[in-house]
Amino acid sequence: MTQIVKMKGMNKYFGKLHVLKNIDLTVEQGEVVVIIGASGSGKSTLIRCVNGLEEYESGTLEVDSHRLAPKAGNQKTLADIRKEVGMVFQQFNLFPHLTVKKNIMLAPMKVKNASQVVAKATAERLLDRVGIGNQADKYPSQLSGGQQQRVAIARALAMEPRLMLFDEPTSALDPEMIGEVLDVMRELAKEGMTMMVVTHEMGFAREVADRVIYIHEGQIVEEGNPADVFDNPQNERTQAFLSRVLAH
Amino acid sequence: MEFQFQFDWQAAFNAIPYLAKGIPYTLMISFGGLAIGFVLGILFGLLSINKNWFLRWPAITYIEIFRGTPILVQVLFIFYGLPDLVGRPIDPLTAGIAAIALNSGAYISEVVRGGVQSIDKGQSEAGLSLGLSRSQTFWSITWPQAFRRMIPPLGNQGIVSIKDTSLFSVIGVGELVRQGQVYIANTFTAFEVYFVVALMYLAITLTLSLLLRLLERRGVASI
Repeated sequence: MTQIVKMKGMNKYFGKLHVLKNIDLTVEQGEVVVIIGASGSGKSTLIRCVNGLEEYESGTLEVDSHRLAPKAGNQKTLADIRKEVGMVFQQFNLFPHLTVKKNIMLAPMKVKNASQVVAKATAERLLDRVGIGNQADKYPSQLSGGQQQRVAIARALAMEPRLMLFDEPTSALDPEMIGEVLDVMRELAKEGMTMMVVTHEMGFAREVADRVIYIHEGQIVEEGNPADVFDNPQNERTQAFLSRVLAH
Repeated sequence: MEFQFQFDWQAAFNAIPYLAKGIPYTLMISFGGLAIGFVLGILFGLLSINKNWFLRWPAITYIEIFRGTPILVQVLFIFYGLPDLVGRPIDPLTAGIAAIALNSGAYISEVVRGGVQSIDKGQSEAGLSLGLSRSQTFWSITWPQAFRRMIPPLGNQGIVSIKDTSLFSVIGVGELVRQGQVYIANTFTAFEVYFVVALMYLAITLTLSLLLRLLERRGVASI
């Protein structure tokens, strides 16, 4: 099996705050890894390190055989990694000055020098795939939150990534819109996309994840298949966390 | 003694052709200066938020100097002071344009800085995560959004600079106020003449306001 992400002894600090402690983690091709943990546990920071939105201080990180060094890293390596890694953000971060279609066309045209015709066709195909083909010419602000997040997923997919990072993709959504975004993610997983997902949606984690990772204060304290982690957590921190989030 | 003042409409109308000769100078100084000031503003505004201290510091120095001293002193310095340094006279029109350029450039730098910094960091993160380079991310994502927010304060600066050119009567550029002063010296119709001069400024600034409102509406419509 190909390892898409390989972290070894990774440490990350925000000033004096030690946010990631000695992280060892590998993600296999086609695997869906869901990362859970309390707010401030470092789970978002962890996946933001994968595409270099955060620097780390020590250890090693390899993404699809590109080795990204600690600190600023190499700009060329960073660019290579980002071409292969898509990211979906909690706040969608769609470009408000561009139409939905242009949001999706921008990166293929700028980064891959795709022609307008090809980029447009890709955008339309992806919008159909996430179920909003009829909204292509609207601006993001004219769409609901759930639709915006589906556009954001389509935008990331347009670069044909080998790995998708999801940073709490449903946390900013109204409850009735969470399902439509999770459906798209579920489909992606089924099609074999390699995914790292930070989420509070435990139902989704249990159903879709190949592996669940629980992070506590910057450390991976529990890791395993969803059934084991959710039904039979070994670490008492995990037990306490799960009893809090699963109680309601 | 009874005081009676009668607005002399005839005098006001008679003054128009002479005063109007000042309009091209006022426009040339303000818009010439603002055009250069806009370029300076983008350049120094972006430098002032650069991560590199060696680029940031000179930009901030420029901004603080030209924002922190009166434009009247700046133009006097350029017109009367600078020739001593460069060894040849500087004509009043050039001095006026330079003063507006340097002065508005400092204010526009701050407008640019504010505009760029007001754009959420998530926007550039999204651009970078898609594989765009830093400069692609800036020019195709951050800048277009920042520029839209900059339109109202830019318009504001344009109006301020247009009015600032009135100070340049002191270096003898034949702009609106200077024309008025010369005309009054011969006719003693100060009230009427300054009234017409004021209306002429108003006509220029209102036109600019209107154009900016249209531009702004177009910009907002597409967000």
